[in-house]
Order: sequence, then C-alpha cells, then structure tokens
Amino acid sequence: MAANFSLRINGQSRTIEAEPDSTLLMVLREQLDLTGTKYGCGEGQCGACTVLIDGRAQRSCLTRISSLAGKSITTIEGLAAKETLHPVQQAFLDEGAMQCAYCTSGMIMSAVSLLNSRPHPSDREILQAMQGNVCRCGTYPRIVAAIRRATATPEPVRL
Amino acid sequence: MTKAILATLTEPERYELHAPSILFETNRREFFKFLGTGIFVACAASNAGAFQESGRGRGGGESNLPKEIDAWLHIGENGEITAFTGKVEVGQNIRTSLSQAVAEELRVPFASVRLVMGDTQLVPFDMGTFGSRTTPVMNLQLRRVSGAARDALIELAAKEWSTEPARLTAADGKVLDSTGKHSATYAELVKGRQITQLLPAEDPLIPASDWKIAGQPLPKVDGRDFVNGKHRYPADQTLPGMLYGKVLRPSSFNATLQSADTSEAETMPGVTVVRDGDFLAVAAATSQLAAKAAAAIRAEWKAQPQPSSKELFEYLRKNASSDKDAGDSYVAGNVESALSSTQHKLSSTFNIAYIAHAPLEPRAALAQWDGDQLTVWTGTQRPFGVRQELAAAFHLPEDKVRVLMPDMGSGYGGKHTGDAALEAARLARTAKHPVKVVWTREEEFTWAYFRPAGVIDITSAVNLDGKITAWEFHNYNSGTAGFRTYYDIPNQKIVFHEVNSPLRQGSYRGLAATANHFAREVHMDEIASSLKMDPLEFRLKNLKEERLRAVFEQGAKQFGWNAPRKRNLGFGLGGGYEKLGYVATFVEVALPPGSKDIKIQRVLTAFDCGAVVNPDGLRNQIVGANIMGLGGAIFEAVEFDNGRITNPRFSRYRVPRFSDVPPMDTLLIDRKDQPAVGAGEAPIVGIAPAIANAVFAVTGIRLRSLPMGPLLAAEGYKLS
Repeated sequence: MAANFSLRINGQSRTIEAEPDSTLLMVLREQLDLTGTKYGCGEGQCGACTVLIDGRAQRSCLTRISSLAGKSITTIEGLAAKETLHPVQQAFLDEGAMQCAYCTSGMIMSAVSLLNSRPHPSDREILQAMQGNVCRCGTYPRIVAAIRRATATPEPVRL
Repeated sequence: MTKAILATLTEPERYELHAPSILFETNRREFFKFLGTGIFVACAASNAGAFQESGRGRGGGESNLPKEIDAWLHIGENGEITAFTGKVEVGQNIRTSLSQAVAEELRVPFASVRLVMGDTQLVPFDMGTFGSRTTPVMNLQLRRVSGAARDALIELAAKEWSTEPARLTAADGKVLDSTGKHSATYAELVKGRQITQLLPAEDPLIPASDWKIAGQPLPKVDGRDFVNGKHRYPADQTLPGMLYGKVLRPSSFNATLQSADTSEAETMPGVTVVRDGDFLAVAAATSQLAAKAAAAIRAEWKAQPQPSSKELFEYLRKNASSDKDAGDSYVAGNVESALSSTQHKLSSTFNIAYIAHAPLEPRAALAQWDGDQLTVWTGTQRPFGVRQELAAAFHLPEDKVRVLMPDMGSGYGGKHTGDAALEAARLARTAKHPVKVVWTREEEFTWAYFRPAGVIDITSAVNLDGKITAWEFHNYNSGTAGFRTYYDIPNQKIVFHEVNSPLRQGSYRGLAATANHFAREVHMDEIASSLKMDPLEFRLKNLKEERLRAVFEQGAKQFGWNAPRKRNLGFGLGGGYEKLGYVATFVEVALPPGSKDIKIQRVLTAFDCGAVVNPDGLRNQIVGANIMGLGGAIFEAVEFDNGRITNPRFSRYRVPRFSDVPPMDTLLIDRKDQPAVGAGEAPIVGIAPAIANAVFAVTGIRLRSLPMGPLLAAEGYKLS
C-alpha cells in the first residue's frame, strides 16, 4: 500500500508517496528527477547508485524508502555549494578521472564518504573504500589519483 | 606493409557490416531552417564517395551515389561554431578530440566549438562508431571542412576589403590583413548571409608539427556536467506522461511463446500489455508497477536443448566449416611442404571464452510517437543503424524516424543494435504514451550479445637460427580481426572457420584481435622458448615493419626488459598491429610459492597511433583498454547451460576492480609525420599474451586459454 514518506534530500524536506518497498534509487530517479544517481546492477555490486546517508556511502538500489525516516540524504546533485564544486568533484575534473563517466557519481560519493571519516586515507584504505565501485572503462588509477589530490596529500600511487 | 595487407587489416569484422538495404533521403529543409544564416561547409557527392562509411557515400555502384549535399559545419552570425557528425561519444573522448580538430583548422578558440553528434535528423549519415575509425576518418573530415570554412571566410573578407586572399590570415576567430587596417570576426563576416561552401577536392591541412590546439592534453569539454550529475545519459531521458516498459524474457534462448495469461496484469491500473508474436511486454507509470505487472503474467515458452559452456570448445570444432568452404583465408607460399620438410615444428591450441561487454549503463531507450513520426533517444554506437531497424520494424520510411544518441555509459562494441529502441517504440505505439525501457543488469548479461568464443590452432616451423619458415593458423568462430600475422613468414595459411554460435555474438572492443593476438603472441613465445632465445630478440628477428619494431624496442627499453629478474617474478610481452595502431605491452607478474592468483606488478604499453590528437585522452584509452583486457585475460567468462546464462550478475561475473589494477605506464610514440589514427581498441591486444608469457617465465606453465586464472588454479600450481 502506498504511503507518504518524509525525506531530507540535499538539504530540502520532501514528501514522497511510494510503496514501502520502493528503493531510494527509484524514488530519486523517477519521482524527484535526480538522475545523477545511476542504476548499474540492482544488487549493490557496482556502486553506480551510491549516495550519502548521514554522510556515509550507501547503495541506493538496496535502500528501502521506509528505512530513511529522520535521515539526511545527499546525492551528486547536492554536493557542490552552488557554483563551487566539492573538492572531490574538482579533483576528478583536474585528474581527468573519467571516460564515459557513468560510474563517476557513485565514485565521487564513495570517495566523499571515505574522506568524511578518514581525511588522509592510506592507499590501502582508498582501495578498501572504493573496491565496491566498478568503472568498466578502467579509469581506476586516475580515480585514486583524484582522491589523493582531494586530500591535498599527493603521494605516488601504488595500487 | 603493402597496401593490400593494410586494406585487409583495416576491414571491419564481418559482423560489423550492416549496409542499409533501403535508402531514403532525409528532407534537409528543416535542418537549414534550424540553423538560420551563416556559412555551411558541405561535403559534395564527389568527395563523399571517398568516405564510404561516412557522408552520403555508402559504397556500392554509381546509382548509390548521393544526390544531395550534407552540412558538416556551420558558423553562425552569433559566432557559434557547430560541427555535425554521426559519430557518438561513448567515453572515448571524441567530443573533445574532434572539437580540437575543428578549432585547429578553423583557427578559433577551442571553447567556441560545439559538436552535434549522433542525431539522425541533424547529422550526415554515418555507419557507426566502431573499428577505431573516428580519428582516421572523421577527425580528418572535420579538419578538411574546417579548413575549407576558414578559406571561405578569408575569401569573403578579401572581397569586402578589395584585396587578395593571400594577404589575409585567420586567427582566433578573426580574419586580419597584414597591414592591420582591416579585421573582422567570423560572426561579422557571415552576418545576414546564407552561404554554402563545397569542400574542395584538395585542400592543404595544418601539419601536426604546427598544431596548437590539436595535440594538446585538453580536458573533457563538458567534464563539469559529469561530476555534478547534470549530464543526461540515454537511461536518464524523460518526457511528460512517460511510462516505464518491461519486457518478459523467454525462459531460454531461441524459445517461442506458447501461451500467456495476461488477465491479471491487464486489471492493474494504467498498465498496458503488448503481445506481438513472441514479444510480450508491459508499460506502466512506474518501473515498480511495470515489474509487478510483468511478474503477474504467466507465460509458457518452448525451446530445444542447447549446448553448455562445459562442452563449448568441442562444439565449436565439431560444428565448424571445413577448410574447403571456410570463410576468409590467406595463403602465401606453400605451408604444407614447408611444414613437412622442417627440423623444428610446434603446434598449440588456444581456447577463448565468451565474454560480456557489461557497459555500466545498460541498454536504454525512450520512444515517442507523434502520429506516424517516431523519435527515439537511445544508447547505441549506430544511430543510423537503429533508425533503419526501427523503420523496417514499423514499416516506415526512414525520414519518419529520428534517433538521438545522448553521450552514453559506454558500449565497447556491445551497443551496435537497437534492441531497447525497438522494445520501447513497440510499447509506446500501443500505450499511446512515451515509453522508456532500461534493461536490468541481468538482461544486459543475457539478452545482449557476447564477444565470440573461439578455438585457435597454430602450427609453425622454424629454422634453428630463429627464422620462422611456416605458419598455419586456424580460427574457429572467434573472428578474423587481426588473424593475419605481421611477422615476416614466407609460407602461410590462415583460415577462419565459421560456426553457428550457440550464443548471440557480435562486436567487442578490438573484435577477435584480442584472441588472435593472444594465440599468436603466446605461440611466438613458445617458439622462442623452444629455441632458448629471448622472446623479444626472436620477435625482432622475424619482424620487418619499422613502426612495430619501434614499439617493441622502445617499450622494452623503458620497461627494463634486460634488467635482472628477481626470484618469483616474471616478465612477459605481447604486441602487434591492429586498427592502424602499433602496440607492445610488457608486464611483470609475481607468483610467490603456493599462490594460485596471478598478481600483476606493473604494466607498460608502448603505442604508436600516428600524430597524437589529445595525449591525455589517449593515455586514458590505453590504460582503460589494458584494464578491460586484464579482465578477459584472467577471470571473465560467460557461463551457460541449455540456453540460459548461469552467471548474469556482477556478483557472479567478475570484472576488474580497484585492487586488480597494477601501476600502469604508457609510452606514447607521437609520430607527427604520420596520419592520426584511432586508439580505442588496439591497446587491448597486448596484455593477455604478455601476462601468459610472464606466467610461463616464472613458472614454466603455459596458459593457452582465456581466461587464464581458472587454468592456473587447475594446474595446481606450486613453486618450490
């Protein structure tokens, strides 16, 4: 049975009418027209749908809308402060860390989540945090370089 | 390399050829209205004929020659420069590199160029974006039209100022005279005019050594739209009143629909059910409702027993065409007599699994009908091919169908067809609403097509001084791309055997070149090893082609091929010539005692694709191709049983991830004296043989299958 759900998305309160088993990914894309969050696999294996829930990376394809009461959701569209890109977004641009870029939203959200908890991650921590995100174009080395750049501690990257 | 060989090597794979059967000329009046005044540079019929895959020249006889002109470039009186191309952006970064070509020849700021790509109503006909043809063909074409536009503007200014064109120069979007008396922007020159300029037959281009914008590592033109989520991929397209479509898939491949009970689905609010032959699908206001309606349909399918991946390689060999009625082949000298009279003969067999493209954006399409006019936004490498498929399916003239291709979440050769477009259009026609169909990952893994599996047999003969005298090569099913050898061998027999593939198969990045290079370059290593020769030295001994020698030699130098090798570490190399590019890849692998995983320590790829148009984009392609190639080399394989894919998910089909990626170096050999050619495919071919050869170097185990990982594990590899 459809019900109303109050969500806080990108700093705004939104009321959504949806089935309780609707996923956050469906609601973002189909009801809120926030299409920056991508479908890639529907089983939490590729990371294309990654968003921040209370600052932590979550797979929106596996997140039920009914589980989000009182939580704050950030999507790729809500990351920049108006015209100023988030440092991770800027670092992806500066490193040219994309090809088709379909994975880019999810990559950036996973990286932001990592840097929220570990401002200066080791290479091992970067790999662990990013391992669930797939880039079929194979841009991985540049993505690691972008994360390094965003932490302002550029070091030679050895995967 | 002779011209004949070059022609063979650059031909598209057989399954890439989809020549239109019916040709309709699109009404271009609307197009000119859309652009308004300005300068159009066009490709006239006589010139288009030279470009069989782009422009109106579609090959064939005189009667197929174009009757009208296509615009390729427009300079508006507001100063906006728009170039039109049927090529599409799939992540290979051609929106940027083609813009560089236009800006370079037109002598305008890079940022003033806009590209309209892959919209069948606005761009000249193009066969599609495949075969690494964008740079050698379209980049050159856009340079030529931009140069012609620049010359037309100079002539216009010369008339206006009553002077000679030779006294004028073009720079930074302006025409200037040498005295400094006159200057006008392009926008000022075209104001109020509508000019059509034909492309001259011969027009000198700016040589690569003088490039200022082309040749630079410029960033992706619209990169910002990709880091802030604004770019709308095909799957992100929406229209007012749009419904979501869901197709009911058969129980297995080649199944036919026996019966379907759709009564429950039809009672659901706003649900449309379509049954048309074996096509059974629903449309509803949300994807969730569409999925529920589809689940409520009880369908019965009937299929015949089908082969499984366990018996694949025996199947391919048993069901192949014989030598006599084989497909393509190449013969030189007399291989039979050379093989029978040899002192030193070697035979080996290679097995190649089916693999999936698995582009992160699955197939997607949004279709809208307006009367009998059909518009479809879809992710495809062949917008005109999809237009033709739609026109044929709905019995429409092609000018009633418009296909638009928003820059998509890649394809790697896997999105040549219009499956999702046809499905969305069929649903939209009955639902009387726009319908979007986005395939699930499981559909993408099952109902798309695969990189062909194959079996390759090689028998060779070699003199004891290391010169190869005979080379017999049989490829079963995997394809002809790159099946000819670039080594200098007097007696050759190379045969492609067609097989009725148990799975739907088609193009893949590099096509069969990955399989053919794998087999050839591993076999080369086997011969070298049997002669106790260094693999690099052995290759060079049998290789005349200077540019290929250069990538092997310079790559080896940078990699440190001759450096002492540490215990448990192995070096391997593999390379070749593909899609006009020369590549050599070197890897170092570690296999410590008891390990069953191939751990790659580092990779270096040396690459020569002529004059480099954008070194930053090029490095991205080379590294990306190697990483994609690493997946197929070590662990990717599609498994199937009786018409069903048994690993159709990322949790069961392993693709390369962050932890699989070693440090990757690239060595660009920028040949400014050579034409710029493509780079999306060739760099994928070297890594698999390089890994196999490195594994042999450290373990003595020959891995002759793709993927190699399971094989190494099966060998029960132990290093004492």
